Parts: sequence; structure tokens; C-alpha cells
Amino acid sequence: MNIQNRYMMDLINKGTRLDNRGLDEYRKITIKSGVIAQAEGSSMVSIGDTKVLVGIKMDVGEPFPDTPNEGILIVNAELYPMASSSFELGPPDENSIELARIVDRGIREGKAIDMEKLCIEEGEKVWIIFVDIQPINHDGNLIDASAMAAISALLNTKMPKYEDGSVIYEEKKKKLPVKDIIAMTTFINIGDKVLVDPTIEEENIMDSRVSIATSQNGNICAIQKGGMHGIKPGTIEKIFDKAVERGEEIRKIIKSNV
Amino acid sequence: MKRVDGRKPTEIRPVEMKVGVVKNADGSALVRFGNTEAIAAVYGPKELHPKHLQDNEKAILKCTYMMAPFSTTERNKPGPSRRSIEISKVIKEAIEPALFLEEYPRASIDVYILVTQANAGTRTAGINAASLALADAGIPMRDLVSAIAAGKIEGEYVIDLNGDEEKVTLADIPLAYMPREGKITLLQMDGNLPKEDVKNIIKLAIDTCKKLYEMQKKVLKEKWLKEGVE
Repeated sequence: MNIQNRYMMDLINKGTRLDNRGLDEYRKITIKSGVIAQAEGSSMVSIGDTKVLVGIKMDVGEPFPDTPNEGILIVNAELYPMASSSFELGPPDENSIELARIVDRGIREGKAIDMEKLCIEEGEKVWIIFVDIQPINHDGNLIDASAMAAISALLNTKMPKYEDGSVIYEEKKKKLPVKDIIAMTTFINIGDKVLVDPTIEEENIMDSRVSIATSQNGNICAIQKGGMHGIKPGTIEKIFDKAVERGEEIRKIIKSNV
Repeated sequence: MKRVDGRKPTEIRPVEMKVGVVKNADGSALVRFGNTEAIAAVYGPKELHPKHLQDNEKAILKCTYMMAPFSTTERNKPGPSRRSIEISKVIKEAIEPALFLEEYPRASIDVYILVTQANAGTRTAGINAASLALADAGIPMRDLVSAIAAGKIEGEYVIDLNGDEEKVTLADIPLAYMPREGKITLLQMDGNLPKEDVKNIIKLAIDTCKKLYEMQKKVLKEKWLKEGVE
């Protein structure tokens, strides 16, 4: 273990971190919505030095055969090397696919969007929502920043007009039917310690990671465990309590920025 | 002649320039012309891997131009396209003349450009941002590179075409220029015009590049002054 990692471990065992935060202390969050003129909705979220831009584009297409009266949600993440020297050019790798799928699951399972209202003609035409996640600077906790930017961008989305078989992007009036504000909270485990809102240095030495999405009524709607080590059930239970509590705070932050 | 957005023929769109927008990068910048916005980040000079790609005489400059999927009215499919590969190449050739690559044998300098909003002039916005990002990274340069596109609409020469104008212009001529060196480093043209018109459009673009150059210098000076105080 190199000297910085050893120092970080010493600090964590004393209950503090490289940036002087406590183990359950979060970094400052800023949300700026409506930043992309061409997108139907957009949001730039910063958590400390992590910056993620999400843009929403909409189009009309055929529904999936098993959900003929529902719209379609497509979440995609591009880990462009601009944001971190650890990203590489090329087709999406496992990290970008996992990131997109965690955010997707939170939105989908939390029923954040009223999908039935996105049906234009049953079995024929429905709205497709593209949520594109574009990290600008990666300093840890991309999952929470991406989820927060995604839901903020959805809340900011105005649907284009659909007339005579074509989408009129110049006319956007109706708000996207967003029913629930999903909040994502990620925890990492290092030894027997649990840290919230990890930086990149902390993620590099983590044993495991747990991300939890909660909905407005306090339900958990998605979970993803990552990392090479196991977690004790007792630790997981404590994390659940904290995630529900933190979810409330995140929702307040998101609402105050709509 | 009045333009669709109310500008005079020789007037550029509202310009915003910022440096230091990507903290992880060695240098970075954001440049916005109206609803066209590009971010550039520079990583390097650093040792080039794999080693067999290294050049013992000079550093290798790598440029990547990419459009965010939400940067266009109809969603732009993510990943490289034939268009983005060509633009990456001409941007590299527009910037390389400003660098002393021979000072960094066996190294690479990586420039990543991301277009976050596309309303015409994305490659020129990208070049302005990349040039600022390289200077922000403290990489020695012969000169800054400034870039703008110009054309001709309804008998008048117009600078900094927007998306609507790009569809009706008789020619679209993006140009990059090193003002101190007095050299053009990027020149492309789509359209059909007599050579006198093309010459005049190039003159107009160069004059505008000189103005952009002053804006670029200003934002860099402000950054250095601020850091000096801190």
C-alpha cells in the first residue's frame, strides 16, 4: 500500500478523511438545470469536484410488444476521457454500462415517470426518453451525481409537440409527467468503516460499494452492490436507514432547484 | 441586412470563455458562441503508452472531437462518426502548428473536445477552447489559435453563422488563425462562390480571429492574476 493510501486508512480509522470531512459527511451539492438549449431537459450537478451533465432528448417510436401502452426509457452514460485519465476512448465498457443501468433502475423501479401518459397510439407510437449521462469531471461518487442530474433534468423536461407523424422540436410546452423524485445514495466500505459520498481516492481503496435508490414515500426502489469484498448484513441494515434519511435531504435539494 | 437573430453581418454571437472548468485535466476551457458550446480538456505532456507508438523526436498530439448526444435538436448517436473523425483530424492540424512538440520527445499530449451545444460553428468553438486549454495547462506555445466560420447570405458577407444561417449560406468557411504568427492553420469550405468572394470572407474571418485572440488573452491573464493573488 502506498504512503497516501496508508495515510488515508489511518485517518479513516480515526473517523476523518483527506478532505477533513467526517465519515458520514457529504460534499457540497450544486444543481443548475436548463443549461442545454438543444435538449428537452438538462441539468449540471456538482458534488464537490465531481461534475455531471445530463441531457434529455425525446423522440417517437414503436413501443415494446410487452408494454404496448407505455413510453420507453433509455439511459446511456459516456465515460469520455475528458473527465478522468482513468477513462478510455471506445465503445461503452462495463463501468459506463453499470452506471447507466443503476440510474435506469432507480428511475424505472421508482416509477419516476408516468410511462402510460407517454403513449400516443397503443401498440403503434409512444414517446422515447433518452437520458444521456456525460461526466465532465470525475472525483468520485459518479452514481449519485448522475442520478441527481438525471432526475433534475427529467423535472426540467418540456415535451416537444407531435403532429401529423412528426416531432416538432421547436414547440415545447407540456411538462414531462414526473411522478416521483428518486434519490440515490452511495456508501463505500473500507475495512469496518462506512463512508458516504466517496472521492476518487477513497473509491480506489474501497472494499465494496452499495448504492441505494429511494422514492418519495421512503421505499427503497433499487440497490446495487459493487466492489471485490463482501459486506456484513448488519452493515447493510444501517446503510438502508441512512439511505432513507439521506434521500429526504436529497429530495429537498433537488426540489429547491427546480 | 438584418440577420435572423438580429445581428449585424460582422457581429459575432455573445461569447463566453472560461478556463479551468475540468479540474482533473492539466488544462481546460469552455467556449460558447450563442447556443454553440464546447469544452476542451488537455492531459499531458505525459509518457506515451504503448511504447512502440512513441516518437523519439517529438511528442504526439492526439485530438478527439465528440458531440454530446443531447447537443443537437435530434439526438446525436453516441460514439465516433465519420464526421467526428475528420473534424478531430483537422482540429489536430489546426493546433499542432502552435506547439513545440519537439520539446517533449516520447510524450503524448491528449486534447479532448466535447460539444455540449451544437448550433453551427462547433469545430471552431472547439479549436478556441482547445487553444485556451493548452495555454491553461502551461504548455509552451508559439501562439494562441483563434477560429471562426464565415459565409455569404443575401449578397452580404456574414461572420459566425448560426444553425439557421448555415442552411442558407452560399458558403460555409471555417478558419483558424495564429494572429502573432500571421498563419492560417485550418481552412475548409462547403459551398460555391467566385474566388473574390472567398478571399473577402477569409479576410473577414481573420479580422474576427484577431478580436477573439484578444478575448482569449484576456481570460488567460485574468486566470493567472487571480491565481497569483490566491
